[in-house]
Amino acid sequence: MSRRKNRFLYDFLRDPAAIAGAVIMLVFTAAAVLAPLLAPQDPYDLEILELGDSLKPPAWEADGDPQFLLGTDDQGRDILSTILYGLRTSLSVGFSVMLLAGSFGVLVGLLAGYYGGVLDAVTMRTADTVFAFSTTLLAILFLGLFKQSGVGIVILAICIADWVRYARTMRASVLEVKEEAYITAAKATGANDVHLLLVHLLPNALPPIFVIMAVDLAAIIMLEATLSFLGVGVPITKPSLGMMIASGKNYIYAGCWWLIVFPGATLVLFVLGLNLFADWLREELNPRIQRSR
Amino acid sequence: MAPLLEVRDLTVHFPVRRSLLARQRQYVHAVDNASFTLAEGETLGLVGESGCGKTTTGLAVLRLIPFTSGQVIFQGQDLSSLNRAELRHFRREMQIIFQDPYSSLNPRMTVQRIISDPLKIHGQGNYRERAERVAYLLEKVGLTPEQASRYPHEFSGGQRQRIGIARALALSPKLIVSDEPVSALDVSIQAQIINLLIDLQKEFSLSYILISHDLAVVEYICDHVAVMYLGQIVETAPYRDIYTDPRHPYTQALLSAVPTFDISAKYEMSVLAGDVPSPIQPPPGCRFHPRCPIRMDECNRIEPAMKEVTPGHFAACLAL
Repeated sequence: MSRRKNRFLYDFLRDPAAIAGAVIMLVFTAAAVLAPLLAPQDPYDLEILELGDSLKPPAWEADGDPQFLLGTDDQGRDILSTILYGLRTSLSVGFSVMLLAGSFGVLVGLLAGYYGGVLDAVTMRTADTVFAFSTTLLAILFLGLFKQSGVGIVILAICIADWVRYARTMRASVLEVKEEAYITAAKATGANDVHLLLVHLLPNALPPIFVIMAVDLAAIIMLEATLSFLGVGVPITKPSLGMMIASGKNYIYAGCWWLIVFPGATLVLFVLGLNLFADWLREELNPRIQRSR
Repeated sequence: MAPLLEVRDLTVHFPVRRSLLARQRQYVHAVDNASFTLAEGETLGLVGESGCGKTTTGLAVLRLIPFTSGQVIFQGQDLSSLNRAELRHFRREMQIIFQDPYSSLNPRMTVQRIISDPLKIHGQGNYRERAERVAYLLEKVGLTPEQASRYPHEFSGGQRQRIGIARALALSPKLIVSDEPVSALDVSIQAQIINLLIDLQKEFSLSYILISHDLAVVEYICDHVAVMYLGQIVETAPYRDIYTDPRHPYTQALLSAVPTFDISAKYEMSVLAGDVPSPIQPPPGCRFHPRCPIRMDECNRIEPAMKEVTPGHFAACLAL
């Protein structure tokens, strides 16, 4: 095992894009987790907001205030602080959906792939149907059905559209792994289904899921931002990158570019980092792609 | 004494999925009415070309795939009548060795876990006892106990095959089905593995069903040989008879295809014409008749029955 782990690290250290992706991921995640410690102000503490501070440009501009490094929004909130808190929302939605939809999809794919038959037909046709709709459209539809907002509801709505990719990938992987002779060997020794599924099938069918998870995290964060931008995402009381961009666009012709550029750049950079890392992971875990050395 | 294993009229048909509107369900006739017996401590060779149903027969005997009809009687017990729980008990007595040493070991388990997995499944021993058993088995198959903590990818093909054999031995079985155990290995390694199988057979009084297309391997290790063609056993005999006195034209053709250094070769090279017909619609009468060099008029109408040509030597051919 140690040899395999070493090779993993070795390949990783030789790939600048992967390192850049991982660094971006780590820095942004740390910033989100440590937001209460890092942020100059709590953007949702109404007591400290001063309307007189509203729409201040970044600190280095002529009218800038050194107190607000990246400027302020129309409510007088510090943009840097709001971005840090917004990242928290993005990440909590991202990881929650990834874990919930991921576990559900993996379970469905595992059972459908192993047992086949009616279970397979029903779950996979359902998956096809869900897949036929755009994720954004489906999420909006479900959010409309719930008639209330909240981070939990957003997570659930995205999950409903998102489990499908895990289920399909897992099923395909299981179909491949279950033909391996060691599965037959385990059957020949009298292993029951639980043992077969959990000990032999799951660990060997899981690697493609890790790749999906990394790509998916980026997609979920984008989707959450889209939903919040459209006004159907997290409630107004929660900071969100998507919402910052949405409210900032009203001031774009007033020349307040910082309202949009900073949250937008944060979003793009974070998603880019995730994708860079996911790309590397996909190549690393796929034995069929020969890595050029 | 009753034989360890008796297989009677084993038939395995797989349904073919054609289209939603297909009027008739079609079946692959993978194995049809195969019958043979295996005595304790003996080896039966199942030979034939690819797709003739050798592996299917082996898997069906272990009830790893369901069979359509027939009986598999193991130690006096008809396995076809057992439910899953009852069958589990018999699984300890019958094991399997695979052709591909790369696919037969779980890549995410250490050798220790691979070999002790069967023991764990049957709740045998505690952790320490299982580790001792693994060490013992590794030595028996020519590896060292220190290698137990390694992963399969750290071993060569031959070593992996040894690990697979150790796993099959873990539960002290009586019968081992070996599905082409050496055909994926280098020739130099093949002999080592074959000799290992022979040594283990003597030591643990194992019975083998050896599935192979390699007649040299079969000749070296088997007591009896059954020749299969298109899902049917066409000839069965003690190994010497098969090689010195083959009666079925298919067996003769098979033997003549074995390269030989003997210039005054015993058999004339008879190359079979054509391909093996589809097992979905096997030819009527004798299944071999479209390719048979000594075909007679009635061969496409009458299905030949097994006939005892000399004591213990059976062949299914109308010309006999």
